[in-house]
Amino acid sequence: MSHTDFGQTPAVFEPKPDLPPPASTVGLIGWLRGNLFPDWFNSALTLVAILALFMIIPPIVNWALLDAHFAGDSRAACKPNVQIVKDKVITQGELPDGSTMELEATADRVVVPEGVTPNVRWTRKLIEGTVRATGREYAKVEIEQDVIIEGACWVFIGIRYDQFIYGFYPKEERWRPTVVIGVGLLLIIYMLTDGMPHRGRVAMFLLIPFPIIAFFMFSGGVLGMPHVDNAKWGGLVLTIIISAVAITGALPLGIALALGRRSQMPIIRLFCVIFIEFLRSVPMITILFMAMVVLPLFLPPGTTFDQLARVLIGVTLFIAAYTAEVVRGGLQALPKGQYEAAEALGLGYWKMMRLIILPQALKIMIPAIVSLFIGIFKDTTLVQIVGLNDLLTMVQLAVTDAQWIGLSKEGYFFCAFIFFVFCFSMSRYSMYLERKLHTGH
Amino acid sequence: MTAADVGVKPGKANFLYDARVRAIAYQIITAAGLVIFIAWLTNNTLENLEARGIASGFEFLGHPAGFGVPFSLIDYSEASPYKTAFYLSVLNTLFVSIVGIVLATIVGFAMGVMRLSKNFLISRIAAIYLETFRNVPLLLQILFWYIGVLQLMPKIRSSLIFFDNVYVNNRGIFYPSLTAETGFSAIPVAFGLGILATIAMRIWAKRRQEATGQSFHTVWVGLGLIVGAPVMAAIVTGFPWTWSIPKLVGFGFNGGAVIVPEFLALLLALTIYTAAFIGEIVRAGIQAVSHGQTEAAHALGLRHGVTLRLVIIPQAMRIIIPPLISQYLNLTKNSSLAPAIGYPELTAVWAGTVLNQSGQALECMAMVMGVYCAISLSISGVMNWYNKRVALVER
Repeated sequence: MSHTDFGQTPAVFEPKPDLPPPASTVGLIGWLRGNLFPDWFNSALTLVAILALFMIIPPIVNWALLDAHFAGDSRAACKPNVQIVKDKVITQGELPDGSTMELEATADRVVVPEGVTPNVRWTRKLIEGTVRATGREYAKVEIEQDVIIEGACWVFIGIRYDQFIYGFYPKEERWRPTVVIGVGLLLIIYMLTDGMPHRGRVAMFLLIPFPIIAFFMFSGGVLGMPHVDNAKWGGLVLTIIISAVAITGALPLGIALALGRRSQMPIIRLFCVIFIEFLRSVPMITILFMAMVVLPLFLPPGTTFDQLARVLIGVTLFIAAYTAEVVRGGLQALPKGQYEAAEALGLGYWKMMRLIILPQALKIMIPAIVSLFIGIFKDTTLVQIVGLNDLLTMVQLAVTDAQWIGLSKEGYFFCAFIFFVFCFSMSRYSMYLERKLHTGH
Repeated sequence: MTAADVGVKPGKANFLYDARVRAIAYQIITAAGLVIFIAWLTNNTLENLEARGIASGFEFLGHPAGFGVPFSLIDYSEASPYKTAFYLSVLNTLFVSIVGIVLATIVGFAMGVMRLSKNFLISRIAAIYLETFRNVPLLLQILFWYIGVLQLMPKIRSSLIFFDNVYVNNRGIFYPSLTAETGFSAIPVAFGLGILATIAMRIWAKRRQEATGQSFHTVWVGLGLIVGAPVMAAIVTGFPWTWSIPKLVGFGFNGGAVIVPEFLALLLALTIYTAAFIGEIVRAGIQAVSHGQTEAAHALGLRHGVTLRLVIIPQAMRIIIPPLISQYLNLTKNSSLAPAIGYPELTAVWAGTVLNQSGQALECMAMVMGVYCAISLSISGVMNWYNKRVALVER
């Protein structure tokens, strides 16, 4: 069929350039086909989802941004500056027997006073109404009426902002909580950053001296700082105080309980198991009720204990039980060889724990501890039920204030936003850590 | 390795360094400390109770309660004893928890599956749902639904009306209810029989499949039995019920039944909050089943649906169920946030109203905590049983 000509230099195979991928798999169209319309079922789902988003998102954006009021210094700034007059209109009414007749009805009309730029929008809506005509007969009518579109009143948040953050802490002393929380936050970030020197010492500082310094900064009465009674602590600051105290107290306690639960000594083990399992099986609110009504019964007659301290003790013990389970998980995750190697080196129990086991276990526990902290942060809202003024309580007080009544949505949205920012960023951090520590396949 | 093994006589080591002696000493010290501590607490408590003139004991359970509640599943009035109020509050806790668990499971599974959808929009929507509702405190959500939504519903005279007979206003949802007549009991009986017949059929179908390899449409026939039997019973007995339709009379409704906003707000918040956690669990569980399993099943010639049903879901469930059950437990415990809006469940009634009225703080708290402990222990008992049943049997 063919012969080979040995005299010629062999032809070099030169591949032709690749054909471009089919137009339907790249670019915007490719992405749409791959992700939104791969088959008829997904296409239908996409259309339903777009419809749902179209119904949900524009009203929320309009309410929260476009129709919202931002500037001002009182409730009046959120009141519409247009007038609503009752207009008489003639309309077709349907009587109960089915016949129709012309009726006179009143309908709202928006009138813009002269020289005023309206601060609200309105639409004309068809409204069904019942009209009393000729004595006692009712007739059904449909009237077109102007309806003002409601927008959020963020002025309210602006005015109450300081109270939401600091509670009833005196105005001129508010730098104190700001400094303490700011420094605490910086130290925590320093402690969690890789490769910084003396991270262990910073951690020890945060665990023991820092809370004491923080207490004196908050409470005052030393170094010329006026005393601020803890009944005045409140808002976001109190939320942070409660969750920070709970986690700092619960960590050492939880480690002790977890070690006790894994101990060889039956009485100690039994005590730890009962303590942990009991606290984990009841809701936190019952612990708060215990701290409020039962704790005073347990103490010698005449002992008085302030409310915040009682709540802090209750919350710390409660969280300690959960921390203990997290620590137990961390201890169990360590291979047995670590224990055996430490024992083979002749280390005693405490040295083994302090030098070999806990440093490794605590490291793998950090994501779980962060999740636990998110839980505590959200659960501090329960102190409202026993009468402390945390962030949510301050919002509650503000929305039930007669001057601002009816603005509960704004208050709750603001509060939800703050919690979301805190919890979401912490959960992202915990996920990042999990990925970093996940050194398996 | 003890000293005796290597043939060296043990030296007279200091008695204090013997680990066993130390362990016993530690335990004796702990136990003694604990006993002294408890005795101290008891002593203080007795003194305090005497000083306040409170007689401890459970006699107060027989006294009339004297308060009304907005929501009750049993006969209860202000004249009923505290005992009845206790049953009522436990029932209300269980009721809102069970309804919440069912709804949260449905929403949570839907969201978890949606999160893994290849459809970009659907998976984004699910992600936003999961992240938003997980990161906002439950109490805030309860208050939002109660004060921010349900209380802002129209007043009773301008209720929103659905399907002509369902009225929605700021006092709840009023809907037509059934009143049973003679012969009605045949319907639940038929329903029960339908379930029993389905179970029996399943056992039979499984045996037959193991013996002959023939499969049977258990799901469709079972659904037919469970739905069909009560419908047949209703037709045979001639629909033995009358509808009671809500009618606006004066300032309230007559007839029908009502879902009060307290219940609705708590249920909505619990469902939405817990469903967000369940969604995450379901997502993680499905992702944990390695892709090789799907490929192997496809290589065996199984179709996609069958792969999902027989290979993926059974393996995912083993990972999903334990954290799922602990979410159920959390939902039950979280129903204790009801005091914030006044739904009469265990904590609100017993640790709130009754405790304040009767002054029996110790007894009330012990009863409340006892009930929660009992619920938790029985649920974790079920979980342990399940874990044992599905645990991997390794060679």
